[in-house]
Amino acid sequence: MPGDQWQAKLDTYLDGELPPEEAKALDAHLRACPSCTAEMSSRVQLRRVVKNVGNRYTLSSDFRRRMTTIAVPQKSSRRGWWWIAAAAAAVIVVAGVIGYSSSRGLSREQIYSELADQHVATLASNTPVDVVSTDRHTVKPWFQGKIPFTFNLPELPADSEFSLIGGRVSYLHQTPGAHLIYEVRKHQISVFIFQDRAILEMLTSEGHVGRKLSFNVESWNHDGLRFFVMGDASAEDIHKLGRLLRNADAS
Amino acid sequence: MEDSKHRVAGATFADLAVPLFDQLYNFAHWLTQNREEAEDLVQETYTKALRGFASFQPGTNFRAWMYRILRNTFLTSRTGLKVTMTVPLDEGDNEPVRASDATTPETLLISQSDQQLVQTALEELPVPFREILLLCEVEEMSYQEIAEALSIPLGTVMSRLSRARSALREILRERLEGNQACPATSGKQN
Repeated sequence: MPGDQWQAKLDTYLDGELPPEEAKALDAHLRACPSCTAEMSSRVQLRRVVKNVGNRYTLSSDFRRRMTTIAVPQKSSRRGWWWIAAAAAAVIVVAGVIGYSSSRGLSREQIYSELADQHVATLASNTPVDVVSTDRHTVKPWFQGKIPFTFNLPELPADSEFSLIGGRVSYLHQTPGAHLIYEVRKHQISVFIFQDRAILEMLTSEGHVGRKLSFNVESWNHDGLRFFVMGDASAEDIHKLGRLLRNADAS
Repeated sequence: MEDSKHRVAGATFADLAVPLFDQLYNFAHWLTQNREEAEDLVQETYTKALRGFASFQPGTNFRAWMYRILRNTFLTSRTGLKVTMTVPLDEGDNEPVRASDATTPETLLISQSDQQLVQTALEELPVPFREILLLCEVEEMSYQEIAEALSIPLGTVMSRLSRARSALREILRERLEGNQACPATSGKQN
């Protein structure tokens, strides 16, 4: 076969689409033909550059967020939850879900959105909690056998501005967890606790009050668990609740 | 949290479609050459795909299906219509591949430092050539998958790819020859 006919097959060969027998014959030819070998290396090199250049456009984080709301259907109305969320002060505490989420390739924003949706959907429900009690000694044992871990809740003094309303089992991507509802000055607060699946390295907001998705957020790590406090309550209230939970966890 | 209406063979639309954000956006940007238009195109693609997910055949190629929706959406957009009016999509597609299309009299030397040159050359290629090169060399799709994504026969994939590569090499050769007065820009092979 003349050299130019071999050269016509080089790209098909590099695409992995040449039938095995022809590929074998071309291999043999390349070992004996310097000009085809040179042509082959030049094409490989051009492909390398095309591949680099061809991958140059990346999504902005804003657009990725927007696309996520389109591609990931939610139970509650995406359009409605901001409005409801604004009416109900929300503090969301997440322990340990982030490592799991990153292993599934989900963004933190997706986790926040899902938990915010659960919070809003729960408060909008006629039966927001399955165990109704202000007593942590009633609420905590109720979860036994329902979730695969145990947790500590703070003992609230009689004059505390925070009060426990009750709890229910929650699921985040098939992972069961505890969903507790507190109240502070008539603001409903959700506390989610999930089992730690992996240690999250990407969070850097250690003990820091910041803002995410218009919620105030506080995050800390304790005994291998990553805690998240998130809500549109004041940064001060979030910090206070965070401190109560940290103290309960340390006791 | 999974919506049973959006499940196919155990996978939800989100399971299948979210991992494709980056590559579909990249492809859309190459087609439109404009960030805003690319975002609109991807968004419309996902909206259409979600709506039509019930008609997606489980077991067939989801990625090719998404690319097909994106490309059809592009072709009916303002920019896409301009492309189809100025570039006949299938001109020469049915001609057999000639050896002279794929071969070159002297070896073309492209180095990593020629990225800008390749970038410009790809942008200058007609859309049908640009898109097929991206699907093959950047997305590393098989010919079959490209045929599904572009809704063209397998033979057309092969002939169009060959012509696209020749056209790319031709542009690069012209540029490199034009740059010969400045030897630093004509790269040497590693």
